[in-house]
Amino acid sequence: MSEEKKLPRIEIIERYCKGCQICVEFCPTKVLEMKGFVVSVKDLSKCIKCMQCELRCPDFAIKVYAE
Amino acid sequence: MAFDYEKYIRPGKLPHIWCPGCGHGIVLKGLIRAMDSLNLKKEETAIVSGIGCASRLPGYVDCCTLHTAHGRAAAFATGVKMARPEMNVILVGGDGDGTAIGGNHFIHACRRNIDMTYVIMNNYIYGMTGGQFSPTTPHMMKASTTPYGNPDPSFDIAKLAIGAGATFVARGTAFNASQIDKLIAEGIQHKGMSVIEILDDCPTTYGRRNKYKSVIEMMNRLKEVAVPVKAAEKMTAEQLQGKILTGVLFKADRPEYCAEYQKVIERAKGGAK
Repeated sequence: MSEEKKLPRIEIIERYCKGCQICVEFCPTKVLEMKGFVVSVKDLSKCIKCMQCELRCPDFAIKVYAE
Repeated sequence: MAFDYEKYIRPGKLPHIWCPGCGHGIVLKGLIRAMDSLNLKKEETAIVSGIGCASRLPGYVDCCTLHTAHGRAAAFATGVKMARPEMNVILVGGDGDGTAIGGNHFIHACRRNIDMTYVIMNNYIYGMTGGQFSPTTPHMMKASTTPYGNPDPSFDIAKLAIGAGATFVARGTAFNASQIDKLIAEGIQHKGMSVIEILDDCPTTYGRRNKYKSVIEMMNRLKEVAVPVKAAEKMTAEQLQGKILTGVLFKADRPEYCAEYQKVIERAKGGAK
């Protein structure tokens, strides 16, 4: 039961995303994927909350709520 | 918890104008995190820029900002700092703006050691005007004005700043995003001229001409060439071939210009002797 509680929430602001794919490529566990021109979450359960996607997104399009 | 960037962004300004994959957005986020970590007040912080892609940055930040003439960021910023020494003055700009058109202002701001922080986003090219080569375009790399390769050797901005007299010089990359805010914060705290060079990518005008297939390839290049200063100490000269040092490269203590100028004012008040 605690396993599910620990899952973060990844918010993607599609209006800001320009589809550069930096987040998809440098996610160490490959949580994200491209859906058309914008990024989307493929497998949230793999997320280790390293925040690299949020840090590297040049367009302010990803937010990771870890707690 | 996700970082609240909106706190420092002017409402309605996003999405920004930079191209997909441009590292300037990563630097903007780093600058905002640095401002937040130091609890800089918006009314006591001035961000000054010249002209160029990177110089569009102040338009997005909700604090005192100046968007000035090409290359003249350091000149305007010096004016701001001299008139209001209590302000935190941060300069932003690109490699062409800072070291070519504004090269003169840049070296003299370093020489004076005035308490400002200069964040130079080095993407090796003039992006906004169509990809002309800049003083930092590496040897034999292509630009729109050097279609057969650039014959000029390139500037090392960090070395230039150290040589000109800046007292805090650091270098980061757009790939190491978490390092950017720490370097900028350290630069802002340093009393004297701080120069922080951030190696950046320009996929649109530099990457395409130089056979980088995508922004990912450019980011991977940054990842490969960047070597932290501490790690470099243990490496041989051969291993360091083609690598670029990152981290705090130089730090020194020297009298700061505003304080020195105040001494002159005090002396003048005493009358000529």
